Amino acid sequence: MSDVRQGPATRAEVCAVAVAEAFRGDGERLANPIGVIPMIGGRLARESFEPDLVMTDGFAGFTSTALPPGADPSLGTLEAWNPYPQMFAVLWNGKRHVMMGATQVDRWGNQNIACIGDWHQPRSQLLGFRGAPGNTINHTTSYWVPNHSPKVFVEAVDVVCGIGYDRARELGPVASRFHEIRRVVSNLGVFDFEADDNRMRLRSVHPGVTVDEVVAATGFELAIGDVAASRLPTEQELGLIRGIIDPAGLGESEVPDVS
Amino acid sequence: MALPDKRTTEAEAIAELRDGMTIGIGGWGSRRKPMSLVRELLRSDVADLTVVSYGGPDVGLLCRAGKVRRVVSGFVSLDSIPLEPNYRAARQSASIEVGEWDEGMLLLGLQAAAWRLPFLPTRAGLGSDLVRLQPDLRTVRSPYPAADGEGEELLAVPALELDVAFIHMHRADRGGNGQFLNSDLYMDDLMAMAAARTFMSCEKIVETEDFPSFGSHHTQRISRLMTTGVIERPGAAHFTECPPDYGRDEAFQKEYAATARSDEAWDAFREKYLNVSEDDYQRIVGVAS
Repeated sequence: MSDVRQGPATRAEVCAVAVAEAFRGDGERLANPIGVIPMIGGRLARESFEPDLVMTDGFAGFTSTALPPGADPSLGTLEAWNPYPQMFAVLWNGKRHVMMGATQVDRWGNQNIACIGDWHQPRSQLLGFRGAPGNTINHTTSYWVPNHSPKVFVEAVDVVCGIGYDRARELGPVASRFHEIRRVVSNLGVFDFEADDNRMRLRSVHPGVTVDEVVAATGFELAIGDVAASRLPTEQELGLIRGIIDPAGLGESEVPDVS
Repeated sequence: MALPDKRTTEAEAIAELRDGMTIGIGGWGSRRKPMSLVRELLRSDVADLTVVSYGGPDVGLLCRAGKVRRVVSGFVSLDSIPLEPNYRAARQSASIEVGEWDEGMLLLGLQAAAWRLPFLPTRAGLGSDLVRLQPDLRTVRSPYPAADGEGEELLAVPALELDVAFIHMHRADRGGNGQFLNSDLYMDDLMAMAAARTFMSCEKIVETEDFPSFGSHHTQRISRLMTTGVIERPGAAHFTECPPDYGRDEAFQKEYAATARSDEAWDAFREKYLNVSEDDYQRIVGVAS
C-alpha cells in the first residue's frame, strides 16, 4: 500500500471537484461519467455531498462501492444488474446524467465525436454517433474536455452528435423538454449555459488560469460575466480522492499538474 | 422427449449466404463475437453484404476483405483500441456505405424486426445530424396529442430485418437452446429473432439438463425457437473476449489492428491466419485445448 499523496491540490483534483459539482442536486439518478477524471469526480460527489447517486462499475452493474477507475467490478458491491439493453431502458426513462467526452463542442453545446471533415467521407473517422443523440434528447448531459483548445471549442462542429440549445430550440418545447446541457468541464475552467440566450458561459477558471487564457483557447465568443475561481477540494475531499477513489493518481495522467 | 438435432458446421452455415444479403453479428465491440463464423465467411466468395452489428473486429475484417457494401452500426470499436482501424480506413476512403446510428436506435431496429413491425419510435436522433445526413431515416407523428395539443414528432427507426444472424454463446444444447455466462447478453436475443435464420456457435454443447450446472435459469436466454443451427467450437470467439471461458487476446488484436497500415501487412495476416482452416487457425494462435 503506497503512502497517501500529500501537498496542495493538483489541477486534476480541481477538475475532479468541478466534475463532482456538476452532479450536485441530482439525487437518486444514474450519474454516468465517462473518462478517468469524470469517474473520479462522480465518485467524489457520491462519497460527499450527493450520497443518493447511482453509479456503474464500468461494466454491466451498478455498484455502491467507491471503486477506482478501471477497477475489477467484482471488488465492489453490486446494487443491481444493468446490462446494455437495460442501460437503454434507464436512458430513455430519463433518470440519468451522463458526462461524455467531446472532440468538438460549440457555443450552444453541440458536441461532435463522430468524425472530422465531411461525414460522407471523413478526413478522420472517430467514434461515430454512439449514444450522444439519444443521451442529449432524453436526459441531462455534461461534457469533459481534458485538452481545452480552439480545435475543441469551435465555431461550428463538423457533425452534431449531441444536440445543443439551438437544435433543442428548433425542435420546440415538447420534443426538447428533457434536454439539458448542464456543464462543460475542461482542464482550464468550468462552463454552463445559464446565460439568457443559453450561449456557453464561462462560469469559473481553475486556480492559476486567467480569463484571457480561456478566451485565447476558445474558438468562439464566450458569455463572460462575473467569473469565479473554481473551488479547491476540501481536506475531506482530498482525503477521499487520494486515499480511496484514486489512490494510484490516474487523474494526474489525464491532466498533468501545472504547478 | 428428443430435441431436434441442429448441430452443423461453420461451412454449412456460410453456404446459406448469398451475395447482397443482410447479416447480423452478435456480441458488442470486441466481446463475445462469433469469430469462427466470421472467419469462415472471410474464406468464402460471398460479397456485397449489408452487416448489422454493435461492431468490432467482425466489421473491420469484413470491410478489409471487401465483403461489405453497407454497415449499419451503433459504433465500431475494438474496446482496448477505441477506433477500429480497418473500419476507419473504409470510412475514410468511402469504400462502404454506412448507416451510422445512435446505439439505442440499433436496439430498436432489431426489436422492430423481431416483433415484425415496420419501425419503432424514439426521441433518439431528433435534432442531431444523424437524421440530417441520413435522409433514409424518417419521422412519424404521434396520433396522441402532447401537452401543446399536437402529436409529438418522433424518429421512426426502421426494422432491421436480417437474412441471417450469427451469435456466439458459452453453452448450447443440440436442439439450439443457448446459455450465456458473462455479465451481458448484449442484443444477441434480438439479433436472433430479427433474422430469418440464426446460426449459433458455442464453446461447448451440453445436455439440456446440465445447463443449471453452469448458471442460473436466468442465463438460458436463447431458446431453440430463435435458432436454425448450432456449432460447437471451443475458442470460436478468439480474439475477442469470452469470459469466464477466456479473455481477449490483446496481443493478437494488436497484430490484427496493424493490418490497416498496409496492403502487405493485410496480405501477410490473411495468408497466415485466414487462408487456413479454423482448426489450423486455432493451433497457430494457440487457443485449441
